[in-house]
Formats: sequence, C-alpha cells, structure tokens
Amino acid sequence: MSQSPKPGQVMGRRGFLSGAAAAGGAAAIGGLTGPAAGANPENLPPNVPDWSRYLGEGVDARPYGVPSEYEAHVVRRNVAWLTASTESSVNFTPLHEIDGILTPNGLCFERHHSGIAEIDPADHRLMINGLVDKPLIFTMEDIMRFPRTNKVYFLECAANTGMEWRGAQLNGCQFTHGMVHCVMYTGVPLRLILEEAGLKTNAKWIMPEGGDAAGMNRSVPLEKALDDCLVAFKMNGEALRPEQGYPLRLVVPGWEGNMWVKWLRRIEVGDQPWHTREETSKYTDLMEDGRSRRFTWYMDCKSVITNPSPQAPLLHKGHNILTGLAWSGRGTVERVDVTLDGGKNWRTARIDGLSLDKAVHRFYFEFDWNGEPLLLQSRAVDSTGYVQPTKDELRAVRGTNSIYHNNGIQTWHVQQNGEVENVEIS
Amino acid sequence: MSRSAKLLLLLAGLAGAASPAIAGPLGLGREAKPAEVAAWDIDVRPDGQGLPEGRGTVAEGEVVFQELCAVCHGEFGEGTGRWPVLAGGEDTLNSEDPVKTIGSYWPHLSTVYDYIYRAMPFGEAQSLTPDETYAITAYLLYMNDVVEEEDFELSKQNFASIRLPNEAGFIDDGRPDTATVSKTEPCMTDCKAEVTIVSRARILDVTPEGEGDGGID
Repeated sequence: MSQSPKPGQVMGRRGFLSGAAAAGGAAAIGGLTGPAAGANPENLPPNVPDWSRYLGEGVDARPYGVPSEYEAHVVRRNVAWLTASTESSVNFTPLHEIDGILTPNGLCFERHHSGIAEIDPADHRLMINGLVDKPLIFTMEDIMRFPRTNKVYFLECAANTGMEWRGAQLNGCQFTHGMVHCVMYTGVPLRLILEEAGLKTNAKWIMPEGGDAAGMNRSVPLEKALDDCLVAFKMNGEALRPEQGYPLRLVVPGWEGNMWVKWLRRIEVGDQPWHTREETSKYTDLMEDGRSRRFTWYMDCKSVITNPSPQAPLLHKGHNILTGLAWSGRGTVERVDVTLDGGKNWRTARIDGLSLDKAVHRFYFEFDWNGEPLLLQSRAVDSTGYVQPTKDELRAVRGTNSIYHNNGIQTWHVQQNGEVENVEIS
Repeated sequence: MSRSAKLLLLLAGLAGAASPAIAGPLGLGREAKPAEVAAWDIDVRPDGQGLPEGRGTVAEGEVVFQELCAVCHGEFGEGTGRWPVLAGGEDTLNSEDPVKTIGSYWPHLSTVYDYIYRAMPFGEAQSLTPDETYAITAYLLYMNDVVEEEDFELSKQNFASIRLPNEAGFIDDGRPDTATVSKTEPCMTDCKAEVTIVSRARILDVTPEGEGDGGID
C-alpha cells in the first residue's frame, strides 16, 4: 500500500508549508512521497542503473560535503507571521527528518535578536569584569589554551511550543517542537575562566553579554556558572556555526535557550541580578492572576513523537515504527510511555542510544497499524520522578498567556488515510 | 583561602575525573584596561549602577523618538505592524489579551535605559548618546503616564527614584507546579473511558496575528 495524500489536504490553513513546497517541489512535504512512490522504473531491477555503470565524482569534488540532493527538503523552516522581522526571529529544526540524539549543525534551529553576527575570530575578545580580583581580556587563542571538556546537551528555546498554549495551531512537529537541538559541545568550564580573574567574596551573579547588535544580556546565578556552564567553541566537532555564536557561546545545561548567549564578548560579575530586557519584558511567564514568574530557568521534562506526525504521515498498514525525542533540564529521561488510543492505555517505549544528562533521548515503539484512526501521545518521566503533564494540567495552573515553558503532552491524530493532524483531546 | 578557591575545590571534587581540574590560575589572558572596560561595560541595574552622566527631558525625547523610533513603534508608542507596543495596556495583564508594555508590564526603568542604549534603534545599535537615551526614556515615561510634565527631566541623579507601575508584579519560579502528576506513578491501563478531539490545527483559528496574542518577539 502506498498513499500520497494531496499536499493541500495536509497543509495548515495558513499555508505555511506551501512556500516550502513551492521551493522544494513535492518532496518538500517530507514523507508524503516515499522512495517507493517516486521511483524511476529504469533504475529498478532487472535494469542496471547508471550509478552501477559509470564513474562518480572524485574525492576532490566535495571538500566540505553536503547532504544528497534527494534530502533537499530536510531544512530549517520559519513561520513568517510569527515575528516582525527575520533578524529578530526563529526558525525550526526538522525533527521529523532526523534520528538519533545529535542534531546536524546545519539543521540546528536559529534564534537571533539582531541577525547573525559575522565575526573574525582574530577580532573576537572575551572580557571578564565586575566583582573580580583582576578584570581580564582573552583572545580566542587564550581560550583555546584552557583545559577542555566535551558534553552533549539539548538547547531548547523557552518559547518552544509557545504557540500551542491556546490550542492546536501549527501542523507539524517541526513547528510545534522544533525550537530544540542537541549537539556535542567542546569548550572550557566557565569556572576555570572566572577563576582566572578571581571572584570577590560578594560575587553572586554573572551577566553574560553577546557581541551582536542585540547585546543579549542575562543574569545567571553564580552557583550555576560554577557548576556546569561551558564557554564553547565547537559543536559536533567543528567550529560553532555563525548562526550558533561563532566563535564563542555560553552553554547553560538544562536551562532556557535564551541564556546560552551567542557571540559571547563579556561576562560581568555582580552581587545582584541586572533585570535585563530578556528577563523582565521577555522570558517572564504571565500567570492568570496578572502576575508573572521570573527567572524560570529550567526546561522541564518533555517529549514529542516525531514520526508519525503531520509532516510524516503513515504510508503503510501493518508494521510501523513510532519514534520521538524526550528530554529534561533536570537530568536524564528515565522512561517514555506512548499511547495509540488517546491516553486510555499506555506502553513503555524503548529508549535507544545514549542516555545523557540534560540531553535529548531517542525512543522507539514498534506497532501494527490496521488502518483505524489513532490518537498518539508520548509521556516522559525524568530522573527526578517528574512526569510530563498534559496541556490541560499546565493550563489549570498557569492559564494560556505565559508564552514560555509549554512542556505539555502532544497529541497527533492519525486518520484512516494515514494523514496526521495536530489536535487536542479531552 | 578565598571563597572562590573553596568553591573551585568543592566543585572539582563533585565533578570527579569527568571534567578538568586545575590547581590555580593558568596565567591566560591579560588585564583589561579601564578604558576598555568602560567602553564595553554599558549595563544598568535597577539601583542605577552603571548609569552614565547625562540628562534629557520629555520634550527633547519626543523629537528624537519621532525621528528614530516612531517608524516602527508608532508616534505614541502604539507599535506598527508586529513591532513592539511600548505604551498603554494598563489593567490588561489578567485579561484574555494582555498588552505588555513598559507602562503595563516592565518592572524597572533601568531596563528601558539599558536596552535602548545597547540595542536600539533596531539595525543601528549603540548609536545613541547618553543624553538622547535619557530623553527617549523620559518620553516613554510620559507616554506611559508615569510622569505628566513635558518639561520633566530624567538624569542620572533622579533616575533611581522613578518606579514603574508593575514593579511588584513578578514572583519567583514556582515549578514544578503540576503536583497532580509530578512524582506520582502515572496511569498505564484503562485510564479513561472516552476521548474526544476538542481542538484541531487545521480548523481552529487561534494563530497569532496581532499584539498580545501569544506570538514571540
């Protein structure tokens, strides 16, 4: 059985997928045209395809390799109407197209506040000042002489899933959950850099600041800074991408992405928080009574089924693979349960690959599909015993206007023709 | 032993062999000169720490605002298109459609100065003088009815005495806040009798289109 729903049936009414479809052809709607559906008979047995006869490109053709042309639909996408300008905006990781726990560098979602700063590392400086024994300036060469460590962490935007607070809105896990990525960082423990300057006894907070035109600044408690923060210069083995802060960014494991200051140019040490724009006007969580939570740093335990999902419909009856991602800012993910019937019955999925502190976990659940409608959910439990809540449970406490920190359970409705829709259920 | 040295030892012990531990400073980097620190250290705290010398009136601020800011934020700070609204929105925070502005939402005036001086105008950051920034800040206070006189002058001297209406509107993180599910074993079988779809991405029109509607910016 091979199904090819019409693109128009799968797209949201906003048509946010249609732009991508126009740019990349039918294949832009990932999963709708599987390899079986689009095959050229001349390349199939008993014929011998060209690639089995003729020479391919040599080793000098691709000094820095890029994905196959048949993967051209696997790209970051943005939602134009979300923000006033693309320079202070966000795009989304295509979660439904990737597997494992590491995000390819070129697919890691971007969030800038004044566009991408393009910095020559020779011109980059990191300043440490404030309540220190000696204010310091480091070159990138200095930074590279510190002892290093390698850590895999997820980075999730505080606003990930934020558009879903009032109900099902965007039709695809790329858009509902794609403000997250997970890579291996190579960097210097921040405590080593702070120790180089020497902390005064009244030091309690640090303020990392970006070198871009937004001058992103946040207050971070000193305990966190000395615990596990990194000043990173590599991701997945290579230099940070410019859009991820090249040549230097802060890594704040388990905490909201906004604090992971990119193009890091300065760290001030102080005795109280600064109450910057990004921790007062933004990244504060409005509650139903009109008061707001501030300093909501942790990203709580969360999961999402990436396949099937609206951009990755079910194409076959019979045996199928359900897969997804789970993560927690408070530790590892102990368990992921999945339901096919909207939460009536749950089965524990299989976490596969590495289970690392404050990193994404990959889960799988194999199932047979008889063509009946399904209501899919995943529910993660982290190493502190925290169970991922439903959206209704979150809204009962917080209302619908807090924008950030929506870690509620996601529901996908699989219809009889295999199409999948973002829904909420009672 | 200094506090930081003690912390270093403590954390080195906690981290074990997994991360690098060193005995003391490595001698990397060089001392930052006072002029270098002064040029980059432009942040301002609610108590006024970090404010430069300077002054500006509401009337002066209006001139600068109309020239440099109004194209995006509107003549009265009402915002154009999806650009941020800077004034108004009083008494909307507990409503269905909260309008979060400097006057209705922001807790501290220092944030206004700090953010404008470091990041505005959008696309031309760090182009304003301290006097211009004081003046724009004064004008924004006027637009938000925090001050009422056009000849009001904001300066380093009187800055910390100005309080914004929503200063007391912030509480600390109360999570984990879903006690009904946290730390209890979740139901696995026969958890509910019926399931009904109550919201669909395809047909439910809740997509953000204007101010205060759950968009991000």
